[in-house]
Amino acid sequence: MAAYRSAAGFQRVLHAVKHVCLSKQRCGVIICRYSTVYDPTEKTFDKILIANRGEIACRVIKTCKKMGIKTVAVHSDVDSSAVHVKMADEAVCVGPAPTNKSYLNMDAIMNAIKQTGAQAVHPGYGFLSENKEFAKRLAAEGVSFIGPDTHAIQAMGDKIESKLIAKAAKVNTIPGYDGVVKDAEEAVKIAGEIGYPVMIKASAGGGGKGMRIAWNDEETREGFRFSSQEAASSFGDDRLLIEKFIDNPRHIEIQVLADKHGNALWLNERECSIQRRNQKVVEEAPSTFLDPDTRRAMGEQAVSLAKAVKYSSAGTVEFLVDSKKNFYFLEMNTRLQVEHPITECITGLDLVQQMIRIAMGYKLQHKQSDIPINGWAIESRVYAEDPYKSFGLPSIGRLSQYQEPLDLHNVRVDSGIEEGSDISIYYDPMISKLVTYGKTREEALKKMEEALDNYVIRGVTHNIPLLREIIVHPRFVSGDISTKFLPEVYPDGFKGHMLTAGERRELLATAAALYVAAQLRSQKFLGDLRVSVVPAESRQWELCVELDKGLHMLGVSRSGNNYTVEIDGEKVEVSGEWNLASALLPLTINGKHRTLQCLLRTAAGEITLQYLGTSFKLRVLSKLAASLSKHMPEKVPEDTSSILRSPMPGSVVAVSVKPGDNVAEGQEICVIEAMKMQNSMTAAKAAKVKSVHCKAGDTVGEGDLLVELE
Amino acid sequence: MVDISTDYIYQVRLTTHISAVIGSLTHALFTNRVNARGYSVNHPSVQERIEKKRQAALTGGGQLRIAAQHKRGKLTARERLELLLDPDSFVEYDMFVEHRCSDFGMEADHNKYPGDSVVTGQGRINGRLVYVFSQDFTVFGGSLSGAHAQKICKIMDQAMMVGAPVIGLNDSGGARIQEGVESLAGYADIFLRNVMSSGVVPQISLIMGPCAGGAVYSPALTDFTFMVKDTSYLFITGPDVVKSVTNEDVSQEELGGAKTHTTVSGVAHRAFENDVDALLNLRDFFNFLPLSNKDPAPVTECHDPRDRLVPGLDTVVPFESTKAYDMLDIVHGVLDEREFFEIMPNYAKNIVVGFARMNGRTVGIVGNQPKVASGCLDINSSVKGARFVRFCDAFNIPIITFVDVPGFLPGTAQEYGGIIRHGAKLLYAFAEATVPKITVITRKAYGGAYDVMSSKHLRGDVNYAWPSAEVAVMGAKGAVQIIFRGKENQAEAEAEYVEKFANPFPAAVRGFVDDIIQPSTTRKRICRDLEVLASKKQTNPWKKHANIPL
Repeated sequence: MAAYRSAAGFQRVLHAVKHVCLSKQRCGVIICRYSTVYDPTEKTFDKILIANRGEIACRVIKTCKKMGIKTVAVHSDVDSSAVHVKMADEAVCVGPAPTNKSYLNMDAIMNAIKQTGAQAVHPGYGFLSENKEFAKRLAAEGVSFIGPDTHAIQAMGDKIESKLIAKAAKVNTIPGYDGVVKDAEEAVKIAGEIGYPVMIKASAGGGGKGMRIAWNDEETREGFRFSSQEAASSFGDDRLLIEKFIDNPRHIEIQVLADKHGNALWLNERECSIQRRNQKVVEEAPSTFLDPDTRRAMGEQAVSLAKAVKYSSAGTVEFLVDSKKNFYFLEMNTRLQVEHPITECITGLDLVQQMIRIAMGYKLQHKQSDIPINGWAIESRVYAEDPYKSFGLPSIGRLSQYQEPLDLHNVRVDSGIEEGSDISIYYDPMISKLVTYGKTREEALKKMEEALDNYVIRGVTHNIPLLREIIVHPRFVSGDISTKFLPEVYPDGFKGHMLTAGERRELLATAAALYVAAQLRSQKFLGDLRVSVVPAESRQWELCVELDKGLHMLGVSRSGNNYTVEIDGEKVEVSGEWNLASALLPLTINGKHRTLQCLLRTAAGEITLQYLGTSFKLRVLSKLAASLSKHMPEKVPEDTSSILRSPMPGSVVAVSVKPGDNVAEGQEICVIEAMKMQNSMTAAKAAKVKSVHCKAGDTVGEGDLLVELE
Repeated sequence: MVDISTDYIYQVRLTTHISAVIGSLTHALFTNRVNARGYSVNHPSVQERIEKKRQAALTGGGQLRIAAQHKRGKLTARERLELLLDPDSFVEYDMFVEHRCSDFGMEADHNKYPGDSVVTGQGRINGRLVYVFSQDFTVFGGSLSGAHAQKICKIMDQAMMVGAPVIGLNDSGGARIQEGVESLAGYADIFLRNVMSSGVVPQISLIMGPCAGGAVYSPALTDFTFMVKDTSYLFITGPDVVKSVTNEDVSQEELGGAKTHTTVSGVAHRAFENDVDALLNLRDFFNFLPLSNKDPAPVTECHDPRDRLVPGLDTVVPFESTKAYDMLDIVHGVLDEREFFEIMPNYAKNIVVGFARMNGRTVGIVGNQPKVASGCLDINSSVKGARFVRFCDAFNIPIITFVDVPGFLPGTAQEYGGIIRHGAKLLYAFAEATVPKITVITRKAYGGAYDVMSSKHLRGDVNYAWPSAEVAVMGAKGAVQIIFRGKENQAEAEAEYVEKFANPFPAAVRGFVDDIIQPSTTRKRICRDLEVLASKKQTNPWKKHANIPL
C-alpha cells in the first residue's frame, strides 16, 4: 500500500468538484424520454451497489439518481478514476485489474456491500449478473439482487436445462443434442447424427464466447477444443453442447419484464442480426422483418417461458428466425441486455427503474396493452477495435481526444469513459453504445450517419468505419439482413468505404482546401515588429494530391472561406469555417452538408481525413514539391510474410512451434488471447521457423514480433 | 565597363525559366542603352558572356552530374532552395564567384564553375527573412574552396548585421584538397562566424549528403542539426580511415548515418525521410523561431481556445506512484492543436524537449519522461535539456517545464562519465535563463533533481503543483531507511513519511509552488501566465561571458 499516494484523499475532493460539471454535462443527454414517472413517495432502496463497471454501471447510477437512491461503485485499482466511480456516491476498490480478482471477486464485493450498507445489488450484464452463487450469497445476507431469483438464473443459465424447460412451455426449440458432450470424438459422432452444420457452444455461455460453428468433422474437433478452452477461461465451466445450426437466420430477441406476483409482459423485439463472431454490432427496435402476428406469437411464447421459470425482473428471450419466419428459442438472458436502450426508446420504459421496482416487490405498472412501439431506434456498438482485421480485433490505448455527438437531437450515448480514459486489455473494449431515434427508421438511420460523423475518438483504433458502412449499405437499409450479413457483404474482409468518383473528388477537394487554409495561416504572424513580406496569394494554387497511390493535379482558388477546386475539369465548391484546431470539420461541399474529421496534418503535406466514416490518407504537395518528389528514393517496407506479429494486444496462450520446425501455410503457430477471445495465429507461407520471440504466458502488444520464418 | 545595375545580379531568380526571361529583358534594355549612348561594338559579347555564365551557374556541375544526384535520391542545391523558400523570394549573391586555385590543372577553364560549389543568398520562409547557403554536390563534390567559404561568410556576416537566421544545406565531400590550407582557412572563417552568430541569430544545419572531416564542426556549432535518412552522414573520419587506424569494420550508415546521430551520439536533432520531407519540415520548424535575439518569439494566428479545459489530464497520472505514464500525453493535451515539434525525439528519451505554441506564441517545452528510465536525469538527458534551455533563453522563447523526476541516475557508469558536471549544465541553464519560466510538477520532484527542474529557487516565475505532486528529498522507502536506520516499524514510519511529504503541501506552504492546480486547467493557467510574463524583464550581472561547466 505504500506505493499508493497519500494524496488520494485530495484527488477524491477534486473528483467531487468534477463530478458536478460531469453530471451537468450529461444531463439532458437521454433523448428517449421515459414515459414512466419516478414517484418520489414510492418507497425504494436507500442505497444500491452496482457490481459492474463501464457504461452499464453509469447507466444504472443515472436511474438511481432519478429515483433518489444512493449508489456505491466497485472498481479495480486501474479503474479508480473511472467515470462510474466518479458518478457514484461511494466507491470501493475490490482488487487488482484482472476481472477474476476484482469484478468477479465475490468475497471482495460482499465485503463492499457490508462496508457500505447497500441494501441491493444491481449486477449489470456480464461479470456476476448470471451467477447463481452470487445471487445465493446475497440472499443469505439479506441483500436484494436486482434480477431474477436463483432458480431462474440456474434454469436459464444452463443451455441444456433451459431448452428442456422451453420445450415444456411450448416454446419452439432447435433440434439438437440435449446433453453435455464429453470429448471431441463424441462431438463428431453427435454432429453426424444431427447433420451439419452444427453449433458447438458453452453450456454456461453467452455473448458469443465459447461458440463455434462446424461444417465438417475436422472443424468440429477444432471447434470443440477452442470452445472448451474459451468456456473454461470465460466462465470457469468447460461443458459444451451441440445443436443444429440454423443457416442464415436472423437474430431477434424479445424483451420481457416480470414481477414477483406472476405478471409478465413482452416489450417488443430487438433485431440483432448484424454480428461478427456471434457478437452483436448494430441492433434496432423494432425489426423490419416481423409482422404483428409473428411479433405477438414470439412475445407470447417468451412470456410463457418467463412464467414457466417464475421469472421476475427484466430478461431477454433470444430467437433465431429463419427466412420463412419460423422462430426457434435460442436462450434466455436473465439480466439487462447491452442493447436495452433501443427498447427504452420505443417503449418509453426505464428498464432499470422497472428492475429496481420489481426487486422491491412491486407489481408491474403496465399492462400488455400499454406497451407501444413509438418510432424507431438504432444502436451502434462503438468498439475500440480494428474493423479491418476480421471485422474487429481489440485495440487498446488512451483516449487522447474524445467527444460524443451529444449536441445532436435524438442521440443517446451510453458510455463509461471520457477523454483521458484508458482502454485496457483487461476489459471489454466497448467505448459506447450510440443510439439514435427517429419517428421512422429512415430518420433514425440518417441521424446515425450524422452522429457517427460527429463522434470524435482519438488515441485508439475504433470501428466507426464499419458501423458507418453497415448503416448505409443498401441491404441493411432495405432490411435484408441475417446473422451472416458481414461475411456475405464483405467476403474478403472489411476494406473501408469504397469511394465513388464524385466522393473521391469531394475528398480530394477538401484536402486541398484544408492545405491552402493551413498554408495561409502559417504566413500570418501577429504583432511582429519586423514586417514579413507575405507573398501575394496566387489566384490559383496548383496542387498535387496523392490518394491510394493515384496522383491528381488540382487547381484551387479561394474567396474568403469558399474554395473552388478544379479536378479533371470538374469543379467542387468547398466552404466552411476552417478552424484548424477543431477535431470536426463541418463543411458544405457542393451544397451538401458534410462533417469530416482531420485526423492528421503534417508539415510534409500528409493529411488524413475521416470521410463517410473511413479514414483516408492523402498527401497534398505544391506542384513543385510533387515534381521534385519523383527523385525521392522508394523506401522498401519490410517483408511481412516471413514475420508474424501480434495483431492486437493480449497474452500468449500457447506456442506450437520451435526454431527449426517446418510449418505449412496456414498452420497454427501460436494462440493469442485478448479480451477473453482466443485467436489462432497461422503461418502466411510454408517455411522453416527461424526464431520464436514469445512464450506461453507472455503479454504482447499490437505489432510485437512473435515468430520469424526463414 | 558595362553599366549593369547590381540589382540585376541580386534579382536573378532561381528557375532557369524566369532567369531566361530576365536575361532577355536585360538584353533589351542594354541594346537600347547602346543605341542611346553609342557604346562600342564589343559590348554585346560582354552581355553574352554574362548570360553564358549565368546559365552555367544555374546548371552547376552539368546535366550528367545533376542526373547522378537525382539517381542518389537527392535534389540539387538549387532545387532544394526552391523548395525551402517562398516562391520567387530567393535573391542570389555571388553567382559569378569562381575558385582561385591554379594548381593541379584547376586553373583550366573547364574546371571553373561560376558560383563554384555553393549557392548563397537570402529569401523568405512564410514571408520572413532568412539567409541560406546550399552546397552543390555536382560541382567538385560540393568541396569547400576558399571562394566557397568566402561566399558563405558573406551571407553570414550580413545575416548578423540584419538580424536574420542562417540555414545551411550541407552536401559536401569535404575540403577542396587542391587548395590546401586555403580550404582549411575557409572552414575556420566559417567556424568563427558560427561562433560569433551563436546566440545572435538562429543557425540551422540540414545535412543532405556527406559532411565529413573538419566540415562537421560547422553544423556542430549551429543551434540545430537535422539530417536526411539514408542519404546523409556526418563523421570526423570515414570508414576507410577507421579501418586503417583502429581496424574496425563499420559502414558509413552505422558510423555516421541519421540513425546513429539521432539515437546514439546525439549529434543530430532530428532526421527526415528524404529531401522533400526534410525541407518542408524545415519550413514548418522555421515558423517557431524568432529572427534574432532582438526579436520576440513569434506569435501566429491560433484557433485553439486559450482557456480550453483538458479533462484528460485529470486522470493521466496513475494512482500508484511507481507506475509509468507518457509525459507526451500531458504535453500534447496542453499545447495549441496538440502540435509539438520534438527535438531529439529518439535520444535520451527520459527527457522530452521541443517547440510548440501556446495561444499562438512559441514556447519551449521541457519535460521528464516517466515512461523511459522513470524519467530520471542522467548525463545524456541533462546535456540534451541544457542545450535546449539555453537556446530558448538566447532567443526569447518562454520555457515551460513539466516535472516528474525521481532524481539523478545512480551508478558507476554515470559517476565515471561525469554526471556531476553534466548534470550541472542543466542546473546552470535553468538558473541563468531570464525568459519567462513556468513549471508544472505533475508527480515526483525528488532531491537535487527537484532543484534543477526550473524550480522556484532558480527564478521560476510561476511554479505549479498538481494534486499528485510529491516534492521531497527522496522516495518514502529510502528516506525511512535513513531516518530510522536499524529501527523496527519501518512500515509505519514509511506511512508517516508518505503522509507528510508525498503530497504538494510541504512545497506549497513554503511558497515554493505558487498554487496547486486542477490538472485540467493547466492550459488555461499557462496561457494566462504567458500573457502576463510577456513583458518580463530580468538581467544577469555583467560578465564577459559565463563559465558553464562544459
